[in-house]
Amino acid sequence: MSGRILIQLGTIFAGLSLISIGGANVLIPEIHNQAVEVHRWLDDATFARLFAISQAAPGPNIMLASIIGWHIAGLSGLLTASIAILTPPAIIALFAGRGIRRWSEHRAIRLLTLGLVPVALGLMLASGVVASRTANAGLAGYAITAGVALAMYFTSRNPLLLMTIGTAAFIALHSV
Amino acid sequence: MDTRPSLQTLFFSFLKIGLMGFGGVAAIARHVLVVERRWVNDEEYGRLLGLCQALPGANTVNAAVMLGDRYRGPLGALICVIGIMAAPLTILVAAATAYDRVANHPLAQLALTGAAVSAAGLILGTSAKLLVRARPSPMAWACAIAALVAVAGFHKGLLPTLACLAPLSLASAAWSTRRASS
Repeated sequence: MSGRILIQLGTIFAGLSLISIGGANVLIPEIHNQAVEVHRWLDDATFARLFAISQAAPGPNIMLASIIGWHIAGLSGLLTASIAILTPPAIIALFAGRGIRRWSEHRAIRLLTLGLVPVALGLMLASGVVASRTANAGLAGYAITAGVALAMYFTSRNPLLLMTIGTAAFIALHSV
Repeated sequence: MDTRPSLQTLFFSFLKIGLMGFGGVAAIARHVLVVERRWVNDEEYGRLLGLCQALPGANTVNAAVMLGDRYRGPLGALICVIGIMAAPLTILVAAATAYDRVANHPLAQLALTGAAVSAAGLILGTSAKLLVRARPSPMAWACAIAALVAVAGFHKGLLPTLACLAPLSLASAAWSTRRASS
């Protein structure tokens, strides 16, 4: 696997990691854009499949980058993408954590949270819409997305259980 | 006596969080950090997670960095991050490999598409819940909806969207806290 792809993977994910305010879910549309449309590393169907695997596995959502790296360039791709998406935020968190402990006055932090959280959550909602659309599963797909979203909103069930039920319902819808 | 948790304890605590955190790690992270280890109480955990959410990166990875650094410096932070990522990455590769074997089976295709649309639903439900719980001001609601429409409706990039809406939302937050305190 050529080093050029690893460098591209590394720079894309390191750059994106810096704007992943509110977690990696907000990055889904941009990762989709870069991987499918700009670099054409994979098609929509493969992207949807990798997204599903990364969501089904335990762990932080940033592993979408890891699995895309794995798909494109094997183990070196996985490591490059993971390290690239983890390192810049980790360095920021290290210094932010120290800063908070030193100054511990959090008016600015409160303001930052108050201001950025709604935008981050709006972006997260957009990620859900893009993820559902990318799966390209027609009306049945949107119906399952809506059903799982409502169940998640109104109950505090284990997400994995909801995902299992959603998947089973989708298969059932297609079998009738 | 050194009462700080050892590197080994840090590693295995975050290994457990990573291993058990299906569908997002925040819930199990609270259980391990607050209930089992008592490194932080609920209030500190809430504040920690709130701060981690305002920073780039995954919340729980950021929390791992901060707690690791608090007890054992940068090496502790590194150990915690490796701990939280190790099991999920291994499982991820195993799942991807297993899937590649059965990829041509129609049922496998169907199941994974079903899982993808369900996962999208999890994201929507979780973010809607968090958004309503955050009790945004009308202006903050407008910023959230504008972000949704720009990215999902008009295919705007993340960076220009954030560049437009983040200052707007920060300004409105500053204005509403000032009004509330005066």
